[in-house]
Amino acid sequence: MLTILFDGVAYGMLLFIIAVGLAITLGLMNFINLAHGAFAMAGGYITVVLMNRYGVSFYLCLPIAFLVVAALGALLEGTLYRRLYSAPHLDQVLFSVGLVFMSVAAVHYLMGGQQQLIHLPPELNGRTEIFGIGVGRYRLFITAVCAVLVVALQLVLAKTRFGSQLRAAVDDGRVARGLGINVSAVFALTFAFGSGLAGLGGAMGAEILGLDPNFPLKFMVYFLIVVTVGGTSSMTGPFLAALLLGIADVAGKYYFPQIGAFVIYGVMVIMLVLRPHGLFSREGAR
Amino acid sequence: MITRRSFVAASAGLAMSALAAIPGHAQETVKVGLILPMTGPFASTGRQVEAGVRTYMAMHGDTVAGKKIELVVRDDASTADQTRRIAQELVVNEGVNVLGGFGLTPLALAVAPVINQAKIPAVVMAAATSSITEQSDYYVRSSFTLPQASVPVGTWAAENGLKRVVTLVSDYGPGIDAETWFTKEFTAKGGEIVEAVRVPLQNPDFAPYLQRVRDADPDAIFVFLPSGVGSLFMKQFADRGLAEAGIKLIATGDVTDDDLLNDMGQPALGAITGHHYSAAHDSPENKAYVEAFKSAHNGMRPNFMSVGGYDGMHLIYAALEKTGGDATGEALIEAMKGLSWTSPRGPITIDPQTRDIVQNIYMREVKEADGELYNVEFATYEAVKDPAKAEASGQ
Repeated sequence: MLTILFDGVAYGMLLFIIAVGLAITLGLMNFINLAHGAFAMAGGYITVVLMNRYGVSFYLCLPIAFLVVAALGALLEGTLYRRLYSAPHLDQVLFSVGLVFMSVAAVHYLMGGQQQLIHLPPELNGRTEIFGIGVGRYRLFITAVCAVLVVALQLVLAKTRFGSQLRAAVDDGRVARGLGINVSAVFALTFAFGSGLAGLGGAMGAEILGLDPNFPLKFMVYFLIVVTVGGTSSMTGPFLAALLLGIADVAGKYYFPQIGAFVIYGVMVIMLVLRPHGLFSREGAR
Repeated sequence: MITRRSFVAASAGLAMSALAAIPGHAQETVKVGLILPMTGPFASTGRQVEAGVRTYMAMHGDTVAGKKIELVVRDDASTADQTRRIAQELVVNEGVNVLGGFGLTPLALAVAPVINQAKIPAVVMAAATSSITEQSDYYVRSSFTLPQASVPVGTWAAENGLKRVVTLVSDYGPGIDAETWFTKEFTAKGGEIVEAVRVPLQNPDFAPYLQRVRDADPDAIFVFLPSGVGSLFMKQFADRGLAEAGIKLIATGDVTDDDLLNDMGQPALGAITGHHYSAAHDSPENKAYVEAFKSAHNGMRPNFMSVGGYDGMHLIYAALEKTGGDATGEALIEAMKGLSWTSPRGPITIDPQTRDIVQNIYMREVKEADGELYNVEFATYEAVKDPAKAEASGQ
């Protein structure tokens, strides 16, 4: 029972790391970036290539995946995304879906269509008993990394100067600009950071979610569920939504394997009926 | 106004006239149309089958019975309506004499109306659901069927002291085939199925299912999963400590696909699988095949899909030889029935009644040799027919 709960938490945490970047772009910057999964995939493939071809340690791969994907995000933000900030949402969707298909085809061409596998360092393999509960070490590692990330993100957004600049830029870009905040630089940095997190999530997820060229399409639904259920106006919403979905998914599949795959959709429908603007949305309490 | 119906009728008419025109040509080449998923999630199947076919042509030349064999390869991206459209184009525009390939069951089934009308053989080189060959008299299979691989695994399990087994399969045609036939055989021999778990095809995380298996505490778990997903499963199986908990892993060979086996690493060691082909099969035919395949494809290891392509091509060559170069559909399909030869996988026969393949199923264990992982064969079930058809005909 507790093992299932723990597996659910770990799975939810993983979803959160990948989806939080989407929550940032969607919620804070009001940009619908369906290509978010492609950034996660990039992070995964960077890890695979570094580990399998160049023998780089897994722990080193994680920050590299974050940085490289963040740089990639910054580059794309400057060249492509920026032009679409003020475009209607439909244009943004079409653009980013196009980007997804391009990334799928490009990865297929470069790396082939097969499932990519990585070999974790031995200390992350297997499982440990903690208070009589069997927990996978790698899942424990994911949970720990994610917990640190959540706290750090919340602190950055709520306590730092950059956090307040970002919130100001989102609430009213014109006034923020008038106050001397470099709105486009703030957005670029935020976008890059969100992409980097996706890359990190993809790198960490390769072991559990698998990695093949269709990754962005396969998991798009999961990210979108996390963000819609969680609402986009805070960090806590998507975090709790990801946990809820992770636990519901794992527990549903454990207790009702026949309908297990549909449990999360059921949960999503119920949540959206009860709180159509997300768990913690400002308008949600209506 | 061109309605959909009249369009179909017109194209069908075209197909017929193209067919009628074939004997009139001075036929110097025989065209083989290969339809495979070369892109999309099942691209590795397409890649392996095509490589198998090309290896055959490289080893045996491109002329047989005075005809030159011309290969036309098309990608259907594993979408059934594409497969059908491409098949129609190949028959009508390219005038192919034989179709081949077909990565998945629905893709193979999609061409039934086309081959029925054009009366040309379709060699199923990969798809493995038992019922395919019953849908048209023009299907011939050179791959395998899942019941064929699952039943021997059931026999082996029952004979080797396994009493309580959990089955875990992907929830689609082949998975259900595997589950049904394994269960039938295993319970008939006195085993007990503790639980039958079906996993969605697009399943990211096996944690809950594996925990369920662990809590049921069986002697072994019988698994069928398509090969890419299978490798993820293997890792999580090891990670959850199921092997330490004394649960054996038995499976059809899709899970320990030769193409991916090396990447799976240590967790795969000791897995017991039943299948028709292993790259480690010990025979001169296989040694020559693996060598030719690897040198032509950048060190890639041939898997069970590739051998389906290789033997499918042999089937076409041998049939042409038998007809003395007569490449009309009826002649070819008649010639294919009952052919038997020694393939890299061992002796195989095309059953003249069902046009399905009869072959040995080997029990294998994953072992390390020269720093690489291989499925090492340790027992053989000889000349296994597709059990679904054997049962239907009362054999």
